[in-house]
Amino acid sequence: MNIPTWLDALIAAMLLIGAIVATLGSLGLARMPDFYMRLHGPTKASTLGVGCTMLGSLLYFSTSGEGIRVQEVLITVFLFVTAPVSAHVMAWAALHRRVHCSANTRHPPWPEMDRAPVTEHAASSAPAGDKESAD
Amino acid sequence: MITPRSWLPTPLLSILLLIVWLLLVRSLSLGHILLGATLGVAIPLLTRRFWDDQPMVRKPWLLLRFMFRVLIDIIIANLLVSWIIINPWRRSRPAFIEYPLTLEHSFPITLLANTISLTPGTVSANLRMDGRTLLIHALDVDDEKALVEEIRERYEQPLKEIYEC
Repeated sequence: MNIPTWLDALIAAMLLIGAIVATLGSLGLARMPDFYMRLHGPTKASTLGVGCTMLGSLLYFSTSGEGIRVQEVLITVFLFVTAPVSAHVMAWAALHRRVHCSANTRHPPWPEMDRAPVTEHAASSAPAGDKESAD
Repeated sequence: MITPRSWLPTPLLSILLLIVWLLLVRSLSLGHILLGATLGVAIPLLTRRFWDDQPMVRKPWLLLRFMFRVLIDIIIANLLVSWIIINPWRRSRPAFIEYPLTLEHSFPITLLANTISLTPGTVSANLRMDGRTLLIHALDVDDEKALVEEIRERYEQPLKEIYEC
């Protein structure tokens, strides 16, 4: 159980980067305007976030005297194989249900998707008179 | 032509499963080797009907280079997407893009779709029924033509070389 300082710093940096990237991914999930854009946050940031965390864990447990550990590598590999598949399936399901995309999306697959998604927030915050004149 | 044995249709997959099992349990005892071997034989047999026949990997060293390139692209993708997420003044320009495929087999196409989903700001959303077009959603794109060209050059050409020559 004798870890040199530089290795300690490296492990800490890996864990920190992993945590930051995972936070950014979740932030993207919360902040993006439509479903298709929200898909990008978790598939990207979580793969690198989890990857960095795993690398930190791998370094720590490999140097703390229990021999080389490889489960972390396996977890990362499984994640990298499955994350794009789940993103693909969710995007496919959204297309199938014709979930609206935001108005500035170019080339929507169907013309009726080409309009701003009416969120409850936008509907309730719009003045009543404005709404009627728009109709 | 060699016909595959009926109880061991995919020897490489079986060996891979055995190795993964031994790595997972971190043990080389006889019991785990037997259990891993049993799983290695049973899982391919049980899932055989879901597999398409796969094309051979012609150039394994190119596959390694391809994986390394994708790994670097994933890191770049993360930086780009993170920047788009944290920059509140940036209006991103999302788009759906039709990507005309030149790959033939379904396995390389699957690999291509997964690669696209893992790399800069793009998620593959749908494969058209005829298997000739991939629908991609891009988070922030200037020039669709350039993106299609980039994907063709960076990912599809190497995959084509690796699997189809």
